[in-house]
Amino acid sequence: MTRFSAAETWKHAVLIVGALIVILPFYVMLSYSLKSPGEIERNEGGFFGSQAMMIDERCVKRGEPDRAAIAAAAERFPGSTDSEIQAALMAELRAACSRRPAVFNYTMAFSEAPLLRYLLNGVIVTASIFFIQVLVALPCAYALAKLRWRGREVVFSMVLFCLLIPVHAIALPLYIMLAKVGLTNTYAALVIPWTISVFGIFLMRQFFLTVPDDLIDAARMDGMNEFAIIWRVMLPTAVPALLAFAIFSVVAHWNDYFWPRIVVTGNRDLFTPPLGLREFKGDADGSFFGPMMATATIIVTPLIVAFLIAQRRFIEGITLTGMK
Amino acid sequence: MATIRLTEIQKSFGSTEVLKGIDLSIEAGEFLTLVGPSGCGKSTLLRIIAGLEAQSAGEVRIGERLVNGVRAAERNLAMVFQSYALYPHLTVAENMLVPLRLRDLAFRERLPLLGPLLARAKYADLRRQVTETAEVLRLDTLLDRKPGQLSGGQRQRAALGRAMVRKPTAFLMDEPLSNLDAALRVHMRAELAELHRSLGTTFIYVTHDQAEALTMSDRMAVMMGGEILQLDRPQIVYDDPADLRVAEFVGSPKINALPGAADAEGRVHCLGIALTRRLAAEPGQPPREVTAGLRPEHFALSPQAGSDTLSGSLIYRENLGADVYLHLDLGTLRLVVRAGVEEARDYSLGARVHAVPRHDKALVFAEDGRRLRFRDETAGQDADTGLAAVARAAKAFVRPANTAQNAPQREAAAGS
Repeated sequence: MTRFSAAETWKHAVLIVGALIVILPFYVMLSYSLKSPGEIERNEGGFFGSQAMMIDERCVKRGEPDRAAIAAAAERFPGSTDSEIQAALMAELRAACSRRPAVFNYTMAFSEAPLLRYLLNGVIVTASIFFIQVLVALPCAYALAKLRWRGREVVFSMVLFCLLIPVHAIALPLYIMLAKVGLTNTYAALVIPWTISVFGIFLMRQFFLTVPDDLIDAARMDGMNEFAIIWRVMLPTAVPALLAFAIFSVVAHWNDYFWPRIVVTGNRDLFTPPLGLREFKGDADGSFFGPMMATATIIVTPLIVAFLIAQRRFIEGITLTGMK
Repeated sequence: MATIRLTEIQKSFGSTEVLKGIDLSIEAGEFLTLVGPSGCGKSTLLRIIAGLEAQSAGEVRIGERLVNGVRAAERNLAMVFQSYALYPHLTVAENMLVPLRLRDLAFRERLPLLGPLLARAKYADLRRQVTETAEVLRLDTLLDRKPGQLSGGQRQRAALGRAMVRKPTAFLMDEPLSNLDAALRVHMRAELAELHRSLGTTFIYVTHDQAEALTMSDRMAVMMGGEILQLDRPQIVYDDPADLRVAEFVGSPKINALPGAADAEGRVHCLGIALTRRLAAEPGQPPREVTAGLRPEHFALSPQAGSDTLSGSLIYRENLGADVYLHLDLGTLRLVVRAGVEEARDYSLGARVHAVPRHDKALVFAEDGRRLRFRDETAGQDADTGLAAVARAAKAFVRPANTAQNAPQREAAAGS
């Protein structure tokens, strides 16, 4: 047994409060994605809601029997008036359209908006961004860390300086440039502005500094040229750092709302997952918080799963210096 | 196999001059050691030979070929690094395969998946070369391991293997044993020397450890401050150093440097003792300060003080098992004297010890560190210093008196 310690208790209390603040929005998101609209509005039902059957009004509206349907159904209800048949059909329809709220929310997420398409767009965009970022950052970082050339320090301080520039400051000029070359509403517009990651260059440079020079000299003696050294020696040794960078990059661009919102103006086929969320923003028939939160849950799940899988190596990558 | 010749090699980093005009000729099949304290430029010199560093001036020739500006990989040299520098993500076998693949396969044959299909016979041949080398180094059971799963000694052998597979003109080794523990280092010394004998290839070996240089090399070049102070066989460097700095660097414990004075006739007085041998006369030479160098084994203990003894109180006993080194406090300086275990038993800390120097062994150095010869040494010497050096070398090897004094070196050499 460890002894009670006021300092430790205090530390943990603070950490727990911090954790709660971070976790709470996720809790609300998950909870709303499971509950019926009524429960959400009245704020009842705890985490799961009662999961009582609810009737999907839209489904009912769509399936409302018209005159032809009533006439067709006449023989199933012999001796009934039209209005009786209509009432009976409506009752059947209501039964067919009743769902569990959780099922309703998640099916809505996929049926109301082409969420799979958005997810695919998200994968295409984040993967291309990360791929090109690595393609650029590794040679840059190698040159900054391991080669001696005139002006290296200046270039490196420029890299550091670029770290300080917020995206939003250069968004407008970037947009205008893309518009001038006619690239808005393309994947290129979503990818190109992010292909040079100064953060990636900086992170990889710091990592490369810890790689012994002997390893590079050995590769040179073995007959590798500088590019072979980067891809066949530096890249494999830098996997932990690269994984850390991958998480930063993928999370940032998967979740990015700002930039896609600017350059994707009409074409819904190019929407990334965060843009997809807007589909559930209140229209004439009210907001759909349940499906919206279901969509949000679906969007963040791949990231959380990826992080859990890569967790150990990710932490390794951030605490770079541990690797020799 | 080829000779490697360096002419007037200079190297400076910015305004600091690291190498000041090195001339060095390395014979084919020779084991040459570059030894010196850290920062003396020995590693830089090795890297210039390897082609990893460009010299500021001077020429490097391998065989008859001038290799200034030739890429490291095209010089057909192999290098073993202090940190082994194995590729951490590849197995030992793959590590050894890398230089072969890059040298012997065309670009398309190196493609992943496709390459091995295109050049099946070549790959089989390369793998056979790897297995052969692995057998020589007793690495065959380790071929599938990654460097992280190997011990220091095994990594060292794997690094050697990677250097050996390509059958280079010469091996360049940059302090390859420094990261090993003491026992393994002594063992690997012997293995390396044996390997050199069986391969017959040129070895150029950089170390700061004078013991490694003495035990393994055919010739050793003692470097200091970017210059080669002396280049000769280890025994000659030890017995007959050309410079005080060489004398102090080679040999452990360090040579005793005693202040003295020489008069116009070449008589040397040192701490009240007059050396029996006289310095070769240099016409018009006024009396001057000199330093007399006497190695710890060049003293005998005497029971009582005499006109010919150096006396001091015992301040430290350095027990090495076979020998005991007695550190004596002579007031202004510390004298280290070797004694047998039996002899040393009689002395406890603080005791008065009397040591008699062996006059014939004393080495005298001028104020600038230059070696001053005795008259009898230079007696039969003609103008041709080269011949004289050969004569001295011969003398160093036949001198029977040496055998007792240099026992530790002899043992170490026998072990290698």
